[in-house]
Amino acid sequence: MVQAIMESTVRDNEKWLTQLRSRGAEQQSALSDLRKALLRGLRGAMSSRAYVDESFLEDAVQDTLVLILDRLHQFEGRSRFLTWATSIAIRVTMSKLRREHWKDVSLEEVIAESGFMPDDKDNPGPELQFSQNAVLHKMYSIIRNELTDKQKAALLAELKGIPMDEIARHLGSNRNAVYKLTHDARKRLKQGLESAGYAATDINAAFIA
Amino acid sequence: MTLTRKEIDGLMRLIGLTKDDEINCDQCLALIAEFAEQELSGKSIPEGLNAVEHHLSLCSECCEEYQVLKQALKEMDC
Repeated sequence: MVQAIMESTVRDNEKWLTQLRSRGAEQQSALSDLRKALLRGLRGAMSSRAYVDESFLEDAVQDTLVLILDRLHQFEGRSRFLTWATSIAIRVTMSKLRREHWKDVSLEEVIAESGFMPDDKDNPGPELQFSQNAVLHKMYSIIRNELTDKQKAALLAELKGIPMDEIARHLGSNRNAVYKLTHDARKRLKQGLESAGYAATDINAAFIA
Repeated sequence: MTLTRKEIDGLMRLIGLTKDDEINCDQCLALIAEFAEQELSGKSIPEGLNAVEHHLSLCSECCEEYQVLKQALKEMDC
Protein backbone atom coordinates (compact mmCIF):
# COMPACT_ATOMS: atom_id res chain seq x y z
CA MET A 1 0.00 0.00 0.00
CA VAL A 2 2.78 2.40 0.91
CA GLN A 3 4.48 1.64 -2.38
CA ALA A 4 1.26 2.36 -4.27
CA ILE A 5 0.86 5.71 -2.54
CA MET A 6 4.48 6.55 -3.25
CA GLU A 7 4.01 5.63 -6.88
CA SER A 8 0.90 7.79 -7.07
CA THR A 9 2.75 10.79 -5.73
CA VAL A 10 5.62 10.47 -8.22
CA ARG A 11 3.41 10.43 -11.31
CA ASP A 12 3.57 13.75 -13.08
CA ASN A 13 0.44 15.46 -14.36
CA GLU A 14 0.85 14.18 -17.89
CA LYS A 15 1.16 10.60 -16.73
CA TRP A 16 -1.96 10.87 -14.58
CA LEU A 17 -3.95 12.25 -17.51
CA THR A 18 -2.62 9.72 -20.01
CA GLN A 19 -3.31 6.75 -17.76
CA LEU A 20 -6.75 7.91 -16.62
CA ARG A 21 -7.76 8.56 -20.23
CA SER A 22 -6.57 5.14 -21.33
CA ARG A 23 -8.63 1.98 -21.09
CA GLY A 24 -8.02 -1.34 -19.44
CA ALA A 25 -5.30 -2.19 -16.94
CA GLU A 26 -3.45 1.10 -17.16
CA GLN A 27 -6.54 3.11 -16.26
CA GLN A 28 -7.49 0.68 -13.50
CA SER A 29 -4.03 0.97 -11.99
CA ALA A 30 -4.18 4.78 -12.01
CA LEU A 31 -7.70 4.76 -10.54
CA SER A 32 -6.63 2.36 -7.82
CA ASP A 33 -3.66 4.54 -6.86
CA LEU A 34 -5.77 7.70 -6.96
CA ARG A 35 -8.41 6.06 -4.79
CA LYS A 36 -5.81 5.07 -2.18
CA ALA A 37 -4.23 8.51 -2.16
CA LEU A 38 -7.58 10.29 -1.78
CA LEU A 39 -8.72 7.95 0.97
CA ARG A 40 -5.48 8.59 2.85
CA GLY A 41 -5.98 12.35 2.66
CA LEU A 42 -9.65 12.22 3.61
CA ARG A 43 -9.05 9.85 6.51
CA GLY A 44 -6.42 12.16 7.93
CA ALA A 45 -8.47 15.31 7.50
CA MET A 46 -12.00 14.13 8.25
CA SER A 47 -12.15 10.88 10.19
CA SER A 48 -12.74 12.63 13.52
CA ARG A 49 -15.98 14.23 12.30
CA ALA A 50 -19.45 13.01 13.20
CA TYR A 51 -21.09 10.74 10.57
CA VAL A 52 -17.69 9.98 8.97
CA ASP A 53 -16.65 6.34 8.94
CA GLU A 54 -14.76 4.17 6.47
CA SER A 55 -17.86 3.31 4.48
CA PHE A 56 -18.82 7.00 4.21
CA LEU A 57 -15.34 7.88 2.92
CA GLU A 58 -15.27 4.94 0.49
CA ASP A 59 -18.58 6.10 -1.01
CA ALA A 60 -17.35 9.68 -1.26
CA VAL A 61 -14.13 8.64 -3.00
CA GLN A 62 -16.06 6.45 -5.43
CA ASP A 63 -18.30 9.41 -6.32
CA THR A 64 -15.18 11.57 -6.66
CA LEU A 65 -13.49 9.18 -9.10
CA VAL A 66 -16.54 9.20 -11.36
CA LEU A 67 -16.59 13.01 -11.27
CA ILE A 68 -12.86 13.28 -11.95
CA LEU A 69 -13.05 11.01 -15.01
CA ASP A 70 -15.87 13.20 -16.26
CA ARG A 71 -13.92 16.41 -15.62
CA LEU A 72 -10.42 15.47 -16.81
CA HIS A 73 -10.75 18.00 -19.64
CA GLN A 74 -11.16 20.76 -17.03
CA PHE A 75 -7.75 20.14 -15.46
CA GLU A 76 -5.52 22.95 -16.72
CA GLY A 77 -2.27 21.91 -15.09
CA ARG A 78 -2.19 24.97 -12.80
CA SER A 79 -1.42 22.69 -9.85
CA ARG A 80 -0.34 19.12 -9.30
CA PHE A 81 -2.98 16.68 -10.49
CA LEU A 82 -3.29 15.08 -7.06
CA THR A 83 -3.94 18.47 -5.41
CA TRP A 84 -6.68 19.19 -7.96
CA ALA A 85 -8.22 15.75 -7.45
CA THR A 86 -8.13 16.20 -3.68
CA SER A 87 -9.93 19.54 -3.92
CA ILE A 88 -12.75 17.80 -5.80
CA ALA A 89 -12.82 14.95 -3.27
CA ILE A 90 -13.19 17.47 -0.44
CA ARG A 91 -16.05 19.26 -2.23
CA VAL A 92 -17.85 15.94 -2.80
CA THR A 93 -17.27 14.67 0.74
CA MET A 94 -18.19 17.89 2.53
CA SER A 95 -21.37 18.25 0.47
CA LYS A 96 -22.32 14.67 1.35
CA LEU A 97 -21.55 15.32 5.01
CA ARG A 98 -23.63 18.52 5.10
CA ARG A 99 -26.53 16.68 3.46
CA GLU A 100 -26.36 14.09 6.21
CA HIS A 101 -26.10 16.69 8.97
CA TRP A 102 -28.97 18.86 7.74
CA LYS A 103 -31.32 16.19 6.38
CA ASP A 104 -33.89 16.63 9.17
CA VAL A 105 -33.86 20.43 9.21
CA SER A 106 -36.63 22.22 7.36
CA LEU A 107 -35.49 25.37 5.59
CA GLU A 108 -39.11 26.53 5.42
CA GLU A 109 -39.46 26.28 9.21
CA VAL A 110 -36.21 28.16 9.84
CA ILE A 111 -37.30 30.96 7.52
CA ALA A 112 -40.87 31.01 8.80
CA GLU A 113 -39.68 31.31 12.39
CA SER A 114 -37.07 33.93 11.57
CA GLY A 115 -37.11 37.47 10.39
CA PHE A 116 -34.82 40.35 9.75
CA MET A 117 -35.81 42.26 12.87
CA PRO A 118 -33.14 42.56 15.57
CA ASP A 119 -33.51 40.72 18.83
CA ASP A 120 -34.23 43.25 21.60
CA LYS A 121 -32.16 41.42 24.17
CA ASP A 122 -29.09 41.91 21.97
CA ASN A 123 -29.30 45.69 21.96
CA PRO A 124 -25.89 47.37 21.68
CA GLY A 125 -24.55 49.79 24.25
CA PRO A 126 -25.76 53.41 24.16
CA GLU A 127 -22.48 54.76 22.72
CA LEU A 128 -22.95 52.80 19.49
CA GLN A 129 -26.69 52.56 19.38
CA PHE A 130 -27.39 55.76 17.46
CA SER A 131 -25.13 55.05 14.45
CA GLN A 132 -26.07 51.38 14.43
CA ASN A 133 -29.79 52.05 14.55
CA ALA A 134 -29.56 54.46 11.62
CA VAL A 135 -27.73 51.90 9.47
CA LEU A 136 -30.04 49.07 10.58
CA HIS A 137 -33.16 51.11 9.85
CA LYS A 138 -31.98 51.74 6.29
CA MET A 139 -30.89 48.11 5.88
CA TYR A 140 -34.30 46.75 6.93
CA SER A 141 -35.99 49.17 4.56
CA ILE A 142 -33.89 47.90 1.63
CA ILE A 143 -34.54 44.27 2.61
CA ARG A 144 -38.29 44.87 2.84
CA ASN A 145 -38.69 46.92 -0.31
CA GLU A 146 -35.92 45.99 -2.72
CA LEU A 147 -35.00 42.33 -2.27
CA THR A 148 -36.94 39.52 -3.91
CA ASP A 149 -38.53 36.81 -1.77
CA LYS A 150 -35.91 34.32 -2.97
CA GLN A 151 -33.06 36.71 -2.11
CA LYS A 152 -34.53 37.27 1.36
CA ALA A 153 -34.96 33.53 1.94
CA ALA A 154 -31.43 32.65 0.76
CA LEU A 155 -29.80 35.46 2.72
CA LEU A 156 -31.73 34.67 5.90
CA ALA A 157 -30.97 30.96 5.65
CA GLU A 158 -27.27 31.72 5.13
CA LEU A 159 -27.23 33.96 8.21
CA LYS A 160 -28.87 31.14 10.19
CA GLY A 161 -25.95 28.92 9.23
CA ILE A 162 -27.68 26.69 6.69
CA PRO A 163 -25.15 25.59 4.04
CA MET A 164 -25.71 26.78 0.48
CA ASP A 165 -25.89 23.18 -0.75
CA GLU A 166 -28.90 22.69 1.51
CA ILE A 167 -30.52 26.00 0.59
CA ALA A 168 -30.10 24.99 -3.05
CA ARG A 169 -31.65 21.58 -2.45
CA HIS A 170 -34.71 23.17 -0.85
CA LEU A 171 -35.03 25.78 -3.59
CA GLY A 172 -34.55 23.20 -6.36
CA SER A 173 -31.43 25.04 -7.42
CA ASN A 174 -27.65 24.68 -7.17
CA ARG A 175 -24.89 26.17 -5.03
CA ASN A 176 -23.74 28.66 -7.66
CA ALA A 177 -27.27 29.94 -8.16
CA VAL A 178 -27.70 30.41 -4.40
CA TYR A 179 -24.37 32.25 -4.25
CA LYS A 180 -25.60 34.55 -7.02
CA LEU A 181 -28.86 35.17 -5.14
CA THR A 182 -27.04 36.21 -1.97
CA HIS A 183 -24.39 38.14 -3.92
CA ASP A 184 -27.07 40.14 -5.71
CA ALA A 185 -28.79 40.76 -2.36
CA ARG A 186 -25.54 41.94 -0.75
CA LYS A 187 -24.79 44.22 -3.71
CA ARG A 188 -28.26 45.76 -3.48
CA LEU A 189 -27.85 46.32 0.26
CA LYS A 190 -24.40 47.83 -0.17
CA GLN A 191 -25.55 50.15 -2.98
CA GLY A 192 -28.61 51.18 -0.98
CA LEU A 193 -26.58 51.94 2.14
CA GLU A 194 -23.97 53.84 0.12
CA SER A 195 -26.71 55.89 -1.56
CA ALA A 196 -27.96 56.78 1.92
CA GLY A 197 -24.48 57.97 2.88
CA TYR A 198 -23.20 54.85 4.67
CA ALA A 199 -19.93 53.71 3.13
CA ALA A 200 -18.36 50.33 3.89
CA THR A 201 -15.98 52.03 6.34
CA ASP A 202 -18.93 53.49 8.29
CA ILE A 203 -20.59 50.07 8.41
CA ASN A 204 -17.39 48.45 9.61
CA ALA A 205 -16.87 51.14 12.23
CA ALA A 206 -20.40 50.73 13.54
CA PHE A 207 -20.60 46.96 13.55
CA ILE A 208 -17.29 45.17 13.23
CA ALA A 209 -15.33 45.00 16.44
CA MET B 1 -37.07 34.08 16.36
CA THR B 2 -35.24 37.10 15.01
CA LEU B 3 -31.74 37.97 13.89
CA THR B 4 -29.34 37.90 16.78
CA ARG B 5 -26.72 40.52 17.36
CA LYS B 6 -24.10 38.10 16.02
CA GLU B 7 -26.10 37.48 12.84
CA ILE B 8 -26.56 41.23 12.27
CA ASP B 9 -22.81 41.72 12.66
CA GLY B 10 -22.26 38.84 10.24
CA LEU B 11 -24.55 40.43 7.66
CA MET B 12 -22.83 43.79 8.03
CA ARG B 13 -19.43 42.14 7.63
CA LEU B 14 -20.62 40.45 4.42
CA ILE B 15 -22.03 43.72 3.08
CA GLY B 16 -18.78 45.51 3.86
CA LEU B 17 -16.79 42.87 1.93
CA THR B 18 -19.12 42.75 -1.07
CA LYS B 19 -17.65 43.57 -4.50
CA ASP B 20 -19.45 43.93 -7.82
CA ASP B 21 -17.40 41.12 -9.32
CA GLU B 22 -17.01 37.97 -7.25
CA ILE B 23 -16.23 34.44 -8.32
CA ASN B 24 -18.76 31.74 -7.44
CA CYS B 25 -18.13 28.42 -5.66
CA ASP B 26 -17.35 26.43 -8.81
CA GLN B 27 -14.95 29.10 -10.07
CA CYS B 28 -13.30 29.02 -6.65
CA LEU B 29 -13.01 25.22 -6.82
CA ALA B 30 -11.30 25.48 -10.21
CA LEU B 31 -8.56 27.66 -8.70
CA ILE B 32 -8.34 26.38 -5.13
CA ALA B 33 -5.69 23.69 -5.78
CA GLU B 34 -3.28 26.27 -7.18
CA PHE B 35 -4.11 28.64 -4.33
CA ALA B 36 -3.45 25.91 -1.73
CA GLU B 37 -0.10 24.98 -3.24
CA GLN B 38 0.98 28.63 -3.22
CA GLU B 39 -0.01 29.10 0.39
CA LEU B 40 1.40 25.79 1.65
CA SER B 41 4.74 26.48 -0.05
CA GLY B 42 4.86 29.88 1.67
CA LYS B 43 4.75 31.83 -1.59
CA SER B 44 2.85 35.07 -1.89
CA ILE B 45 -0.54 34.80 -3.56
CA PRO B 46 -0.41 35.97 -7.21
CA GLU B 47 -2.77 38.75 -8.20
CA GLY B 48 -4.74 36.33 -10.37
CA LEU B 49 -5.74 34.39 -7.26
CA ASN B 50 -6.90 37.37 -5.19
CA ALA B 51 -10.48 36.56 -6.15
CA VAL B 52 -10.09 33.17 -4.44
CA GLU B 53 -8.93 34.78 -1.21
CA HIS B 54 -11.86 37.19 -1.37
CA HIS B 55 -14.36 34.39 -2.04
CA LEU B 56 -13.02 32.44 0.95
CA SER B 57 -13.65 35.47 3.17
CA LEU B 58 -17.31 35.50 2.11
CA CYS B 59 -18.24 31.85 1.63
CA SER B 60 -18.17 29.78 4.80
CA GLU B 61 -18.56 26.47 2.92
CA CYS B 62 -15.64 27.09 0.56
CA CYS B 63 -13.59 28.36 3.49
CA GLU B 64 -14.32 25.19 5.48
CA GLU B 65 -13.50 23.01 2.46
CA TYR B 66 -10.23 24.88 2.01
CA GLN B 67 -9.19 24.21 5.61
CA VAL B 68 -9.97 20.50 5.11
CA LEU B 69 -8.07 20.50 1.81
CA LYS B 70 -4.95 21.91 3.46
CA GLN B 71 -5.17 19.28 6.18
CA ALA B 72 -5.65 16.48 3.63
CA LEU B 73 -2.68 17.65 1.57
CA LYS B 74 -0.50 17.64 4.67
CA GLU B 75 -1.65 14.08 5.43
CA MET B 76 -0.84 13.04 1.86
CA ASP B 77 2.45 14.91 2.01
CA CYS B 78 2.02 16.22 -1.51
